[in-house]
Amino acid sequence: MDDNAARPTQAFRIETASRASRAAAAAACIVLLVLVLLPLVAGRNLVQDLIFLFYMLALAQCWNLLAGYAGLISVGQQAFVGLGGYLLFALTLLGGVNPLLAIPIAGVVSALFAFPTALIVFRLRGAYFAIGSWVVAEVYRLVFAQFKPLGGGTGTSLTPAVTSSVPGIESIKALLDLRTPAARDIVSYWVALALMTATLGFVYLVLRSRRGLALGAIRDHEAAASGLGVDVYRIKLAVYVATAAVTGMIGALIYLQKARISPDAAFSVLDWTAYVIFIVVIGGIGTMEGPVIGAIIFYLMQRYLADFGAWYLILLGTLAILIMLFAPKGLWGLLSERYDVTLFSTRRRLVVDGKNGRA
Amino acid sequence: MLLEVAGLKKSFGSIIVADDLDLHVAAGEAVGIIGPNGAGKTTLFNMIAGGLSPGAGHIRFDGRDLAGVPPQGRCRSGIGRTHQIPQPFEKLTVFENLLVGAVYGRRTSEREAVQSCGEILERLGLLRRANALAGSLTLLERKRLEMARALATAPRVLLLDEIAGGLTEGECSELVATIREIRRTGVAILWIEHVVHALLAVIDRLVVLNFGRKIAEGAPREVMQLPEVHQIYIGIEA
Repeated sequence: MDDNAARPTQAFRIETASRASRAAAAAACIVLLVLVLLPLVAGRNLVQDLIFLFYMLALAQCWNLLAGYAGLISVGQQAFVGLGGYLLFALTLLGGVNPLLAIPIAGVVSALFAFPTALIVFRLRGAYFAIGSWVVAEVYRLVFAQFKPLGGGTGTSLTPAVTSSVPGIESIKALLDLRTPAARDIVSYWVALALMTATLGFVYLVLRSRRGLALGAIRDHEAAASGLGVDVYRIKLAVYVATAAVTGMIGALIYLQKARISPDAAFSVLDWTAYVIFIVVIGGIGTMEGPVIGAIIFYLMQRYLADFGAWYLILLGTLAILIMLFAPKGLWGLLSERYDVTLFSTRRRLVVDGKNGRA
Repeated sequence: MLLEVAGLKKSFGSIIVADDLDLHVAAGEAVGIIGPNGAGKTTLFNMIAGGLSPGAGHIRFDGRDLAGVPPQGRCRSGIGRTHQIPQPFEKLTVFENLLVGAVYGRRTSEREAVQSCGEILERLGLLRRANALAGSLTLLERKRLEMARALATAPRVLLLDEIAGGLTEGECSELVATIREIRRTGVAILWIEHVVHALLAVIDRLVVLNFGRKIAEGAPREVMQLPEVHQIYIGIEA
């Protein structure tokens, strides 16, 4: 030790992107480009399927940030999906706002609702937080069921005037020689793709920032993180509000696409939280890659097994249990452990200057 | 006085873990704490670091009363600590573990923190493992990481909780050398330890706790000779 101290100090530097992650970024750009151009050649069924995949993936990324990093196991994210959906309906049907503009507004309003909600549910910990968040979502559902201008308990539909007022539909119709519903799907597809890409980018930037460092610490050991100067409450609050905003926007988009809303569907714990938890858990919680893999698997199962009805759900549950038992880190956890790969690298490597290679 | 504990009281139900406890550490001083299991040593650290609030009494750091200051605030004001059972961020690398301490405990940017983190790792013999996941470290390395991470927050007092426990003789003396080195840089040390000979190699003053009470305090070798201390320590270590 003592002779170490006598040695002249070396210069250190930080390195963030690895060669593999640069290759992954290039691959992601190509995949994105293909996805952008896909509706020009793909059929309407595939476009609709991919819209579903995109928003489930975006929801899963949000829930992963909440539960996988900030340790907030929320079972109530349907509160913000439903809120976003209802805000879209209220803004467009009652307020006459353009649907595409209504999506970001829904995000801002969701964040405003999330703040007081957090002040209540953050008083609860662990399992109590999970149950509390669910109860809050039920309160949201019951409140919207009372709101008569939007159909109360039975819900309402978007008028064709609203659904066809999305900008771009007319030009796509003309360009690709399609009918209105198909053109509407393509616009929704691009909005969904943009929202999913933005969500991935947002989560990635958060994890790369100094907040991400704290989130990794909170994920691994909350008490130790606060002992090292991390304001755990503040970071959790920020994550909760930010994910509520994104979840609200996704909710608005989902119901723009569905064009029909009801409290039971919009605030469904099964559709907007249980499936999302399934995606994150089978893919691998606490990683960015996990939800991507999970969403693709979930989509494939839904696509090819949904015809089996109840058996489909039984199979889904069995798969989730098997993975939790035998691969608790999820499928991505298995892969990354065996092959030491990361696609979204958030590693900060210490490099000693003047020496070659690793520190 | 850098750290001052006055009239501290705490009990869990009927078990008293701090009974009108007074303790002080001057800037740059090294103070040792010994006492049997359940004497309230770790509880004292938890109260100083802010994880636990005292039933009564005051804790002052650099003249400021710490009542109501959360753990992160205490860390930022210059109190660093290690845990008896190391608590690494297992899925972060060793270097990233230090960065958390530097960026949040010292409020610097990642870029500004790199150099000092690298130097601490070098000083604690962890440089070779800088980019390894903290979850893959051995016990000795984990203990070193606990210290390195606390040092990254640039503490003025370092609370060490049984850092030498469970190590071999050779590992233990390496650790002692490291702690002496840390001390030389002007960091005050408050050290709970069962491995008394390790403690005696570093500290200026020794405090003996039993049932939350201070039963002896003074020059280490003299305190160790006291009959009441002997009685507690019979069969543990001479």
